[in-house]
Amino acid sequence: MKIVVCVKQIQNPEIPPVQFRIDEEAKVLIPVSGLSPVLSPYDEQAIEAALRIRDEAGKDSDIEITIVTIAAKGARAVIKAALALGADNAVLLSEPTFDGSGGYVTAHNLAETIRALGEVDLILTGRQAADWDAGVVGLGIAEILDIPAITFACDVQVADSVVTVKRILEDGIETVEANLPALVTISNELGKVRYASMRETMRAAKKPIKEWMPEDIGLDEAQVGSSAMRYELERLYIPVNDTECEFIGGDTPAEIAATLAQHLRAAQLI
Amino acid sequence: MTESNNGVLVVVEMLDSQPIDLGLEMLGLARRLADSSGGTVTAVAFGTGLETTGELLSAYGADQVLINDHEIFANFHAEAWLPDLSKIVVEVAPALVLIGHSLSGTDLAPRLAYRLDVDVATGCESIDIVNGRPHMTRSCFGGLAREVVTFNKTPAVATIRSKTQEPLTQMMERVGEVQQVNSILDVNSIRTRVIKREREKADGVKLESAKIVIGGGLGLGGPEGFDTLNEIAALVDGAVGASRAACDLDWCPRSYQIGLTGRTVAPELYLAVGISGASHHMAGCGNSKTIVSINSDPDAAIFKSSSFGIVGNSQEIMPALVEEIRKLKA
Repeated sequence: MKIVVCVKQIQNPEIPPVQFRIDEEAKVLIPVSGLSPVLSPYDEQAIEAALRIRDEAGKDSDIEITIVTIAAKGARAVIKAALALGADNAVLLSEPTFDGSGGYVTAHNLAETIRALGEVDLILTGRQAADWDAGVVGLGIAEILDIPAITFACDVQVADSVVTVKRILEDGIETVEANLPALVTISNELGKVRYASMRETMRAAKKPIKEWMPEDIGLDEAQVGSSAMRYELERLYIPVNDTECEFIGGDTPAEIAATLAQHLRAAQLI
Repeated sequence: MTESNNGVLVVVEMLDSQPIDLGLEMLGLARRLADSSGGTVTAVAFGTGLETTGELLSAYGADQVLINDHEIFANFHAEAWLPDLSKIVVEVAPALVLIGHSLSGTDLAPRLAYRLDVDVATGCESIDIVNGRPHMTRSCFGGLAREVVTFNKTPAVATIRSKTQEPLTQMMERVGEVQQVNSILDVNSIRTRVIKREREKADGVKLESAKIVIGGGLGLGGPEGFDTLNEIAALVDGAVGASRAACDLDWCPRSYQIGLTGRTVAPELYLAVGISGASHHMAGCGNSKTIVSINSDPDAAIFKSSSFGIVGNSQEIMPALVEEIRKLKA
């Protein structure tokens, strides 16, 4: 069985907000210098979901996990990171004009990449990339490939060519199944991800990474980058927050609580 | 696709045969946009027991209401919705399609967009029409930034965050045209099968509609910290929410999660207890009218969004606050 996990390399989303900067003129993120890019955390959970399926199937399973990513340059570091977690091989679609913010084009390009891989049984993606937070690429791939998609998974099991997914609802959990091939988007509720072991990290260096150019999979210029985009970024900015905080102090918890309660009462909030 | 007009189409999510608040909020937005561009507002409702829905949605601003009332639509299922919804959007040919940024809406909107070969903006906080084109403002980078996007193909599909729009006042004398949808759904085309649905029992006030929300985070020190929050919620008729970190540690039900990937609240008062105020949490509560926070770290980001702040140990202050509120309420 072949599992494809689509991943994206992003700036570490855990940086302190003060370091987060934007060039409003150019409408781009100003990268924090010296900071290594990371796998988008939801994508890391998608890799974890794939590894759990393989663990469940046991040592003798024929499950092959392929990492697929698109990047303008590099992205080798995050591919290595994904391979070190236990994926078998990777495909990098090198697309010089890729800027990562156009979900519409990304989904089309990833779908073509997956098509070029041949028979794929299960495609996993994060529920959204932790930079643009759009959450459209996974569903887009499924629509383009015309396969069923199940979103916001917290548990994924595969048996007898059927994928069974526990997915989150606002007020509970729903169990959904679909025949393979299918696509599943993974949510943070999947839980803890594993760390790369020393052994897998050593092995990762020898795992095959294919680097494809758009023309290798039959994509022409009109189908990649800005020429294919359906959207225009009009503005990118950091919202200003002008709330003035009034700190409430006191000698004892009781005194602080009493002052707060009075303030809330005075503001007719309680 | 037929030539697009200036219309706005709103997909109103139904719960127990009633429109959810977010649906009415989007109708308010649709009405304002359509009035400024001279278009019409079409509301679409899928569900069961929708006999009075047409009149109700007209009263909240729809010129035209399309009702798809069938047992199969009792619970949301994207694959069941899509054939009829795609057809409706093509026929109505609006400039803009609004879908709620609920888990259902975020599951539905991208599928619809790709099926129609158009683009989608998720999690929008506002939409303005500039030179005849919708400019959609959405949160990105975990809530740290905002982007404004436009699309070069219609219709634009957008999901709208809860509590970012004002609904119109219900006016039953406002009458729209109500039509039943002739469903083209072939049930054999549905490829995903729902095996089981387990819903958590919600007791007390619903998070989104509560006037007071009390959110708990890691600073509570453990699951028992939520007992105090529940006590206060009971006293003030409020609801309890949580940061993602607290949910991930199973200190509270997952459905408590407020934030980018959780629920969006905008109460009169948001009391943040032991929550640092990471941007992905603020994405779910930043529109609250007043934020009051208690945190042991004087540099916690949450204070930057708070009107009142207390630097201290919430485990000491919260029991005292319960007593004070009890006194006030006595």
